[in-house]
Amino acid sequence: MSDHSHDISKHVRVYITVFVALLVGTVVTVGLNYMHFESVPLTIGIALFVAVIKASLVACYFMHLISERKMIYAILIFTAFFFVGLMFLTLWSMHDFPLHTVTH
Amino acid sequence: MEIPFVVQPRPDTGVYNAKVGIWLFLASEVMLFGALFSSYILLRVGASPGSWPHGLLNIPIGTFNTAVLITSSVTVVLSWASLKMGNFGRYRVYQSITILCALGFLGIKSYEYREKFSHYEVWLNAPITVKHGDKEVPTDRLLGHIEYNGSHPFFWNTQRLAGSAEQKDPSGKVIKAAVAPVESFKLLPDPFHYTMTSKEMAHAKKEAAGHEHSEIEIKASDVKRLSAFVPAHSTYFAVYFTLTALHALHVLFGAVVIFYIWGPGAKMWKTDPDRYINRVEISGLFWHFVDLVWIFLFPVLYLL
Repeated sequence: MSDHSHDISKHVRVYITVFVALLVGTVVTVGLNYMHFESVPLTIGIALFVAVIKASLVACYFMHLISERKMIYAILIFTAFFFVGLMFLTLWSMHDFPLHTVTH
Repeated sequence: MEIPFVVQPRPDTGVYNAKVGIWLFLASEVMLFGALFSSYILLRVGASPGSWPHGLLNIPIGTFNTAVLITSSVTVVLSWASLKMGNFGRYRVYQSITILCALGFLGIKSYEYREKFSHYEVWLNAPITVKHGDKEVPTDRLLGHIEYNGSHPFFWNTQRLAGSAEQKDPSGKVIKAAVAPVESFKLLPDPFHYTMTSKEMAHAKKEAAGHEHSEIEIKASDVKRLSAFVPAHSTYFAVYFTLTALHALHVLFGAVVIFYIWGPGAKMWKTDPDRYINRVEISGLFWHFVDLVWIFLFPVLYLL
């Protein structure tokens, strides 16, 4: 509520910059994909790395997380914790086959 | 009834109530998509090597659709900034671009779905020789488009080839006409298969470009399995349709909300402008989240 008009027009320039960065990020992701790296982990790593950067730009600038209240951060810290837990749960379970039951 | 803190920040949270509300909702959305993503990881890592389909989606179209969604995200935030500066006219222009982008995204997605529903994999009882790029290879699994009686059928599967008898209700009225069995159909094969590595696939596509492919006549009795690229085809397509359809529902819902605020709900701009701006901000937060999900879905489903 306290933003003044000239602050907002400064924001507009940031939004346009982020927009261009997102388009460049998309082109980079697709471009790298056409290079067909031999290493699968490298391919996945690069694609996810660019995606995380793009997602952070959207969250920080479009969703204004760069300057948000503590309350919102508190909600998101819990979310991030459980989200990471959810991802690792499946990754850890990969090593949980009973011995000599899976062949590949 | 007076609803408290629709404009003024609540002292203990520091923000107006709807903002806490939308972030709590988005937190639950993160867990919803997170659960589906982690299922995807589990299924993908657990798949036997070389069996996971890749390279079957149209990357240029997917890239374009990504750009469409990113554009809609920036117009949402620009429309909000316009309102903050008191420019209602410009807000309306930006949000109409947002809505057009949303409809464009859904239209392109539907086109992609349609393409998948008429694109097939055929598993044969015995291998035949086909051209994969510049090589002649024996194979019992082919991808391609089907032609039958001059048209390209959708959603065919193994059962469809066998046909079905007519069905009657107890009074003897025919409720489903008989479907004649298919004796043979034409297949226009793709010059590649997803069991190739992505490098081999790219090479095969390049070699085949510009050459006319000959159709193969396939007898139904030689077919072990037939499936269009539908969820039943494979775990990959089950994951693809679940995730993209759930995402498309979010796009649709977001577009409806933004349209409501833009059109019928715009009266509030005259009566309570601060609250109206907050509504635009809240719907925008949801919209950016939908964009954010797509930023992960696109590389994961199209590129990897």
